[in-house]
Amino acid sequence: MNIHEYQAKQIFQKYGVPTPKGIIAHSVDEAVENAKELGGPVWVVKAQIHAGGRGLGGGVKLAKSLDEVRTLADEILGMTLVTHQTGPEGKLVQKVYIEDGADIKDELYLSVVLDRAAEMPIIMASTEGGMDIETVAEKTPEKIIKVAVDPAFGFQGYHGRELVFGLDITDKAEQKKMIQFAQKLYKLYMENDAEMIEINPLIKTGSGDFLALDGKMGFDDSALYRHPEIEAMRDITEEDPDEREASQYGLSYIALDGEIGCMVNGAGLAMGTMDTINYMGGTPANFLDVGGTANAETVAKGFEIILKNPNVKAIFVNIFGGIVRCDRIANGILEATKLVDVNVPVIVRLDGTNAPEAAEILKNANIDNVIAATDLGDGAAKAVAAAKGEL
Amino acid sequence: MSILVNKDTKVIVQGFTGGEGTFHAEQCMAYGTNIVGGVTPGKGGQVHLGKPVFNTVKEAVAATGATVSMVFVPPAFVGDAVMEAASAGIDLAVIITEGAPVRDMQAAKACAVKNGMMTIGPNCPGVITAEECKIGIMPGNIFKKGNVGLISKSGTLTYEGANQVCNEGYGITTAVGIGGDPIIGLSYKQLLPMFEADPETEAIVMIGEIGGDLEIQAAKFIKENITKPVVAFIAGQSAPPGKRMGHAGAIISGSAGTAKEKMDALEAAGVKVVISPAEIGKAVKEVLS
Repeated sequence: MNIHEYQAKQIFQKYGVPTPKGIIAHSVDEAVENAKELGGPVWVVKAQIHAGGRGLGGGVKLAKSLDEVRTLADEILGMTLVTHQTGPEGKLVQKVYIEDGADIKDELYLSVVLDRAAEMPIIMASTEGGMDIETVAEKTPEKIIKVAVDPAFGFQGYHGRELVFGLDITDKAEQKKMIQFAQKLYKLYMENDAEMIEINPLIKTGSGDFLALDGKMGFDDSALYRHPEIEAMRDITEEDPDEREASQYGLSYIALDGEIGCMVNGAGLAMGTMDTINYMGGTPANFLDVGGTANAETVAKGFEIILKNPNVKAIFVNIFGGIVRCDRIANGILEATKLVDVNVPVIVRLDGTNAPEAAEILKNANIDNVIAATDLGDGAAKAVAAAKGEL
Repeated sequence: MSILVNKDTKVIVQGFTGGEGTFHAEQCMAYGTNIVGGVTPGKGGQVHLGKPVFNTVKEAVAATGATVSMVFVPPAFVGDAVMEAASAGIDLAVIITEGAPVRDMQAAKACAVKNGMMTIGPNCPGVITAEECKIGIMPGNIFKKGNVGLISKSGTLTYEGANQVCNEGYGITTAVGIGGDPIIGLSYKQLLPMFEADPETEAIVMIGEIGGDLEIQAAKFIKENITKPVVAFIAGQSAPPGKRMGHAGAIISGSAGTAKEKMDALEAAGVKVVISPAEIGKAVKEVLS
């Protein structure tokens, strides 16, 4: 789960990680009130959406008067912000963060993520703040400092020294501030079960203080149960409504732009099914993993979600039953045809646990547009043909 | 022969008396797995599925001589359960549970390594030595005895791959579902040499996914150490960048961990790489004939 910048900064402040002062606003009037409260003389009006690149997209602007705050808040609230991370459709801005302007001397980069190879969190830092870090990593990898911290032993002095010397911070007082900054960030990463924290830029002010000018945080979904205060930060308007509806039924759904709806059990087989459809000249309309506990209701829901997409010309149900029993899926398909108007051909391949029973159920039901397939290759071929109207 | 487990392996089940634990322990026993007991704290002294229940893994190991544990406890307790198994002297913990917090698995894995315990999973189908020992949730009937070893990140692709191998008239020595979570136990790099050393295994199927670099490491390892033919499939060639496809592992960022990168590396290591999982069976036939 991801949260907004202003929410990440609330967590930062709780842990003593320095940030500029700011207040969230949901309306233009509120934005002006907040600006008055902060005092000025310079403010930054920042669109709050779950995507990077907001500045380049026109969602972050500097205001030098209250009138300017009003004009900019009015401009940004309600705009559809398009950045390199939102996709071409962009995201609607519903909140703006009004923040004190900062005196920027240097821009740095700091993040904490899990290093899968080392199996521990890694702190990454760079002097190239404010830039796209993936570009920095690609073109000048030597400018990224990586410090792995073993949670069994915690953040040690040497971790801090590797960071500050790597960042060319030579002033003793500044070194101390930076080390404390990183140590606190590591602590909040661990204690909140974060998946990643990224601060870009982390700035050094004219007076030698370090401030988190931006803040992105993502959390391990599996650990949210023990962090109700973070779960409460969930912004459902940032989530795709179809994906969200699917997740409520234990389905994992992602819309794509092809023509063949897919309903598969297991993420790997679901991707493998999409790959096979592509290989055979078709295009998948979605990724849909029905998970390990699929039943008639969830399968019916799956059909409903797939069929909301007007581009879908055929559906390929590909189930290899391990935990999922195929007879349940077969019943789900029958159920779906009663609940939802399934007006496209449905290619069904059911294999594994209780597959013979499933085949019997479907055969006895004798539905026109349900076509049986013998294996993955056969099913994908039939789905591609059906989508082209050749079946 | 086989790797990791066989008909003599003594297995306990952590989370034995729960719904999932009961259902799958029964299935494993029906397959022939030598389940010698289980652990459910507070239910020690009871008999479940005809086997003794213990309060702690330590007691279970002392009483039964079990060396492998199949872990079915709920996600919030997985870290604890794995550490308990490690400290009780278990050799291999097979962690089936899905949704364990990453931080817990990090600690559990470090503890397992320190105690010399191997782990498989979490969030995986488990391990099966065909017609001898099934420790996990895979449909046992599709795994016919034979001479192909299988390693897969994805559960259902494990079944798909094994089924195709068997439909071509071959069979499986051992199949291992390693899981696709950010922190996992045994991976390609540890399992490949086991299959290389197993006299019955004549070919190896490895099924990977986008995200991470385990397959790249495997490719390097195969090039230098593996003489047996390897067939590989990488799922997610058609996955759009930046989208998360169910598994936490299946995240692409930039160029790292793309299907193409992995397929190229494996091909360069002499692996027979297939573009669709529907081709796995045929490819095995090709490398074995």
